[in-house]
Amino acid sequence: MKKISKIYLALIFLFLYAPIFVLIVFSFNTTKSKTVFSGFTLDWYVKLFNNDLILTSLRNTLFIATFASIISTVLGTTASIGFSRMKRFQRSIAMNVNNIPIINPEIVTGVSLMLLFVFFSVRMNFEFGFITLLLAHITFDVPYVVLNVMPKFRQMDPHLYEAAQDLGCSPVKAFFKVVMPEIMPGVLSGFFMSFAFSLDDFVISYFTSGSTSQTLPITIYSMTRRKVSPEINALSTIIFLVVVIVLVLKNIIEKNNQKKLQNTALIDIETEL
Amino acid sequence: MKKTIIFLTCAITAVSLFSGCNSAPETSSITLSDPEYYQKFKDQDMSINVYNWGEYIADGSEDGIIDVNAEFEAATGIKVNYTTYATNEELYAKMKGGGADYDIIIPSDYMIARMIKEDMLMPLDYDLIPNSKYVMDTFQNPIYDENNAHSVPYTWGTVGIIYNKNLVDETNIDWDILWDEKYADQILMFDNPRDAFAIAEIILGYSLNTEDPDELRAAAEKLKEQKSLVQAYVMDEIFDKMGAEEAALAPYYAGDAVTLMADYDFLGFAVPESGTNRFVDAMCIPKTSQKAEAAHMYINFLMEPEVALANCEYIGYSTPHTAVYEQLDDEVKNDGFSYPSDEYLEEKTTLFVNLSDEANQLMQDLWTEMKSSN
Amino acid sequence: MNQNKKGNGMLSYLTASPYILWMIIFIIVPLAMVAYFAFTDSNGQFTFEYIKSVGQYTNIFIRSIWLAAIATIICFLLAYPVAYILTRLDKNIHSTMIMLVTLPIWMNFLLRTYAWMTLLGNNGIINSILGFIGLGPYKLLNTQGAVVLGMVYNYLPYMILPLYTVMIKIDKSILEAAQDLGCNGAQVIFRVVLPLSVPGITSGITMVFVPAISTFIISRMLGGGSNLLIGDLIEMQFLGNSYNPNLGAAISLILMVIVLIIMTVMNQFDGDDDKVLI
Repeated sequence: MKKISKIYLALIFLFLYAPIFVLIVFSFNTTKSKTVFSGFTLDWYVKLFNNDLILTSLRNTLFIATFASIISTVLGTTASIGFSRMKRFQRSIAMNVNNIPIINPEIVTGVSLMLLFVFFSVRMNFEFGFITLLLAHITFDVPYVVLNVMPKFRQMDPHLYEAAQDLGCSPVKAFFKVVMPEIMPGVLSGFFMSFAFSLDDFVISYFTSGSTSQTLPITIYSMTRRKVSPEINALSTIIFLVVVIVLVLKNIIEKNNQKKLQNTALIDIETEL
Repeated sequence: MKKTIIFLTCAITAVSLFSGCNSAPETSSITLSDPEYYQKFKDQDMSINVYNWGEYIADGSEDGIIDVNAEFEAATGIKVNYTTYATNEELYAKMKGGGADYDIIIPSDYMIARMIKEDMLMPLDYDLIPNSKYVMDTFQNPIYDENNAHSVPYTWGTVGIIYNKNLVDETNIDWDILWDEKYADQILMFDNPRDAFAIAEIILGYSLNTEDPDELRAAAEKLKEQKSLVQAYVMDEIFDKMGAEEAALAPYYAGDAVTLMADYDFLGFAVPESGTNRFVDAMCIPKTSQKAEAAHMYINFLMEPEVALANCEYIGYSTPHTAVYEQLDDEVKNDGFSYPSDEYLEEKTTLFVNLSDEANQLMQDLWTEMKSSN
Repeated sequence: MNQNKKGNGMLSYLTASPYILWMIIFIIVPLAMVAYFAFTDSNGQFTFEYIKSVGQYTNIFIRSIWLAAIATIICFLLAYPVAYILTRLDKNIHSTMIMLVTLPIWMNFLLRTYAWMTLLGNNGIINSILGFIGLGPYKLLNTQGAVVLGMVYNYLPYMILPLYTVMIKIDKSILEAAQDLGCNGAQVIFRVVLPLSVPGITSGITMVFVPAISTFIISRMLGGGSNLLIGDLIEMQFLGNSYNPNLGAAISLILMVIVLIIMTVMNQFDGDDDKVLI
């Protein structure tokens, strides 16, 4: 039994990783062939780092993901404060609306935002591009922040906040001194989740980007629709490396924290997802 | 120790990602006809949005070929935001409903006519395009745009069939081969309505510009018949698919065939005897452009003999540019694909015209229906 | 939670108000616009024409639902044992294994789908390997099978994760009790673990089915443009070859209704109203 399950697990991981490794291997290929490996080269990496289009869209992507995730975190956290104090009925309405962008097919969200932006751009004479992308990204990011932060409010002892105020803290000070530390893990995972979703989003960006601000996924999409250069493989390799590094770091940090908090905190696996 | 290594790797990746950003040459290596003309917006931090077909400009990706957009930036100081589309219809949709804000677009003839009709293009100021003097006489005053008021020709060509010599042994290749059961699953087909309908219309003996609903329906039926034989509906994906011998036959534009044949000697190109579409792609400025003067400058730059030659050599399409044509090798002029004989052009090829709104709508609906059928 | 202090109640509404406003402008209004476009023609006149004409594309809806359903079932069958095996592994390597499962998600899905394009081609790697042992070449790319494969590949982690999350919370003593009462391994899985993991199953199914039914990239890249799905149809109407936003909005609206129905059905199995699907 043990052996079978190990083999099964190995096969699943093979399925998940084989295509990625094929991409990586062929990023070092001297020819453009995708099936025959004819020799080792780093040329495609050199070309990639000289490809203005890719670098510009990478910068756009990083900018948008950073701004969108910061704004979303602030907006989502403050919203959660309010939501957690609403009456049950109002809260359930608010949460249901909040969940729409998560549940709705991405393409519908993209199309609906596109219609909205077109409506306003005609009347208010603004251009599609950075702004529309940012607004769209915030719209699909905040729901995840709310989902991560809300449970923390529910776990928190409400009397802590009152006690702080009774001891002379102003409401704002009490919030930062007492509430913030309690909800911080939720805020952080909300932030990272929205950053990651923003980096990776294609469908919604595809419908809301204009003529100037292409994000990396959009550029990748247009690359796959033309003559495909192995630069795309080189790009995959780099993205893969970055993802591995980030996830390994995250794991190490979490392990350290776990050791510190082992006796005091509840670790909620759901928020990690 | 491990952490240090990880952080170092991170730092190196991050730094190297941004080190290559300023690859545009400081000064242009191109000989310009009037360098002064391009100075107007220097140091004004201006940018223009160019929307062009994929694989339709020299981009420096091959040795010895200039990067036209980088050269333009070097010469004028105007930054080019360059994005691409795959079909005229995609361009139209993006212009109509996608919140687009382009300063330069390069549609084909019939789409130019449609955009003029729908008041989407800006009349050009030819004082700002001195290089328009290079446009060949035969491309002046075309039917799609009276007096070239809105467009300056960029390239032209015909549509034919790219085939793999290892897989196709017929010598007399014509459109009906795309309906030949023998090549089931070996055929790539146009992924846009106008080009696809044209092929069916030629086979059925209709005009390429028919607006007759019954004829359009019959053409759609014909395309539906072909569907089970088609491996994939694609546009520029043919470069990879034909190059990797994934398919045997693909109707496509002559210019791309020329590029492909230069890379893969097992590919050939057939100019159909039963007739085909001749097209002109021309540079236009959308009415909504806020940077019309810089856009004129871009058009003029693409008409610079040296730039136009580089583009012509890289993309392989036929040129409407007198100075470039003169410099071409006889080999290219006489290859039979890029510059077919006048008789052939006269007798066998037809330029698309813009159809009536009803016909456009019907063709579009029939196309969606065909694509969605089982 | 704090009924005594009225001031705090006001304050909390105040802190929520920016996002409430945001939700109205960027969630509610856009969806209302989709509905508006679906029920009007290009001149803004009220019409049922587009909603009705969606009927022409019933076959696409059926194909999308069918392919997405197959992909979801395959994902479930593949993921269930994975999740179960993971929970049985040594606790120390759990986070590493979960990381390995999540890692491919963060690799851009266009790149992963592109990878399959190069693997599945007539002269692709899989056919080359098969050729070595004297088989093929088979037509793998540009088929419905390739589309399903693309869906399974892209969304498998979204099935494994919720299943794992639910299963890891199952009290080990329940399993031991079942064994003590005479259940064998298979019986433990089918009669104890399976019923207890229903919430994970339902959220896994929604997390795979909803993106699968509405994708347009996977079908375009792996299906060769002749296996259109609902997503392709919508994209075609807005940014593709047949510009017709009213029809596109009508199709989007109906897709939304289908997804809503599926979610409601799924929630029936779930019991817990407050649960959020992620």
